[in-house]
Amino acid sequence: MRSDRQTSAPLGLKLAAAGGLLFLHLPILLIFVYAFTTEDKSYQWPPPGFTLKWLGVTWSRPDVWQALGLSVRVATISTAVALVLGTLCAAAVSRSRFFGREAVSLLVILPIALPGIITGISLRSAFSIAEIPFSTWTIVLGHATFCVVIVYNNAVARFRRTSGSLIEASMDLGADGFQTFRYVILPNIGTALLAGGMLAFALSFDEVIVTTFTAGQQQTLPIWMLEELVRPRQRPVTNVVAMVVVLVTLLPILAAFYLTRDGDQVAGAGK
Amino acid sequence: MSAASAVVAQTASPIILEGRSGMFGRLSDLFWRNPRLLLFLMLTPPLLWLGIVYVGSLFALLLQSFFSIDEFSGLIRYEFTLKTYGELLQPANLDIIVRTVSMAASVTLASAIIAFPIAYFAARYARGAWKALFYLGVMLPLWSSYLVKVYAWKLILAKEGILNWLFAKLHLTWLLEAWLSLPIVGGNSLSISYTGTFIVFVYVWMPFMILPLQAALERVPVNLVEASTDLGATPRQTFRKVIFPLALPGLIAGSIFTFSLTLGDYIIPQIIGTSRLFIGQAVYAHQGTAGNIPLAAAFTVVPMVVMGLYLWMAKRMGAFDAL
Repeated sequence: MRSDRQTSAPLGLKLAAAGGLLFLHLPILLIFVYAFTTEDKSYQWPPPGFTLKWLGVTWSRPDVWQALGLSVRVATISTAVALVLGTLCAAAVSRSRFFGREAVSLLVILPIALPGIITGISLRSAFSIAEIPFSTWTIVLGHATFCVVIVYNNAVARFRRTSGSLIEASMDLGADGFQTFRYVILPNIGTALLAGGMLAFALSFDEVIVTTFTAGQQQTLPIWMLEELVRPRQRPVTNVVAMVVVLVTLLPILAAFYLTRDGDQVAGAGK
Repeated sequence: MSAASAVVAQTASPIILEGRSGMFGRLSDLFWRNPRLLLFLMLTPPLLWLGIVYVGSLFALLLQSFFSIDEFSGLIRYEFTLKTYGELLQPANLDIIVRTVSMAASVTLASAIIAFPIAYFAARYARGAWKALFYLGVMLPLWSSYLVKVYAWKLILAKEGILNWLFAKLHLTWLLEAWLSLPIVGGNSLSISYTGTFIVFVYVWMPFMILPLQAALERVPVNLVEASTDLGATPRQTFRKVIFPLALPGLIAGSIFTFSLTLGDYIIPQIIGTSRLFIGQAVYAHQGTAGNIPLAAAFTVVPMVVMGLYLWMAKRMGAFDAL
C-alpha cells in the first residue's frame, strides 16, 4: 500500500526545515536583546545587565531624528511616484497586447535584476555629467526607479485575476471611462496597490546601496547605520536604532501580507 | 428585421449613442474610440522615467568605460579606447573577479542546500495556519532591514559575541580555532575571514532562494508522485527522479537572485571580511577616492556580462516560468 499519501513529514526534514527557519530568525531576535544591554563599549555576550536608559538617549539625539525624517520623506515621495508609474505600466501591460510589451516588462524589472551598485554608480555619473547637485530629489530619483517594479508586480498580479467582463459590464451600463476607473477598477485593485505601496515604502526606507551614491552629504537612516557599522562610535544608540528599524519595517510587511492574503477572492474572479 | 427596427423606433433610442458632453465625457469617448491613444498615454510616463533616469544613466556609464584616465593629470580623457578594459585584465583585478564569482557560486550552493528543506516542507506538508506561518517566516527576514541583518551578524561574530561564547560553553573552541587556521577560509577571527563573509551572504540572500523554490515545488503534480510510488519507487528514488527534476527550474530561478545579489554587494565584505576586495568594493573605491570612473564603469560590466550569461543559461533551462 505505497500509494497512501504520506501526511506527516519525515523527522529529518522537519528538523532541517526548523533549523533553517531558526537560522533566519535568531539573529534578528538578538537585536532586541542588545538594545537593552548595559554594556556600551563592546558586543559582549551574555549582556552584563539590562537597562532602558538607551531608549531615552536615542530619543534625544537630533542626528537620528534628522536621518529618520529624511528617510520617511524620501520613502513617501518615492512610493507616491512608484504608485502612479507602476499602476500605469501594469494597466497597459495587462490590458492590451502591443509591440514591445515584453521589452516594457523587462525594462521595469531591470533595476532590481541588475545589482544595485550598477544603478547607483550610473545615476551618480549621470548626475555629475548633467551637473545636478545632490538633494532629496536625487535620492528620490534612484529610489522611485526600483520601487516601480514592486508596485508593478503587485498590480499586474491583481489585474490578471480581475475579470475584464466587469469593465465591459460597466461600460455597457453607461459609465464612462473615468467612472469605470473610479467605481470598478480602483476598488478591485485597491488592496493590491496599498500592499505594493507599503512594500515599496519598506524597500525605500531600508535602501542603502543606491543611496550611498545619490545622497551626497545627506544622511538617511540606513546611511547613518552604515556609518556606525563601519566606524562604531555609538554602539548602544545603534542597537536601539536597529531595533526600531526592525519594528518599523515589520508593520508594513505584516499589513501587506494581510491585504493580499485573500487576493484570490476578487469580484468577478470566477468568470 | 422590421419588427426589430420598429422596437428601436418605439423606444426612440438611437443605435449609435450621442457623444458625451463635458470635458471628461469627451475624453472618455476619445479613449474608447482610440484605445492606442490611451495605451500611449499610460505608457509614456513610466517609460520616460525609466528610459531617461535608468537606461539613460546606464548608457552614460557604459560609454565612460571606453574612456580612459590620464596617469599624469588624473583627469578623464574623452576619446575612445579599450585601454581601461586592458587594465581590467591585470592579475590584481582578475583576482577580484575570480574571488567574487567563486564567493557568489558557493553562497548560491549553500543557500540552495539550506533553503531546500524549508521550501519542501512548506510546499508539501504545511497546511492552513502552518502554511501562513512558514510564508511569513520567510517573508519577514526577506523584507527586514538589510543593514540590521548585517549588524546582527557583526554582534554574533564579534570576538566577545555569542558565537565564541557558545563554542566556549560547549568546549569546542579548539574546533573553531582549527577552522580559522585553515588557509583560505580562515583568518584571525570569524568577523575578518571569508567564512564570516560567506555566512552573512548566505543569511541575507537565502530567503530569495526559498520563495521560487517553494513555488516550483508546489507545482509538482501530486499524481506524478503517486504514480512513482505506485510503480514501486522508494521515497528516495521518487525524490531523485521525479520531484527534484521538476523543481529544478525553481532552484535555478532562486539562484539568479542569490548569485546576482552576491555579485554586486559591496557592504557585507566591507563590514565582515578580509581586506581583500570584491567587485562591488572595487567599483566603489575606483569611483570614489580614486576618481577613476572609467575603470569603475568597466568593472560594472563584469557583473552585467556574468549575469547576462547566467540569465541566458537559466532561460534555456526554463527557469523563467518558475519566477
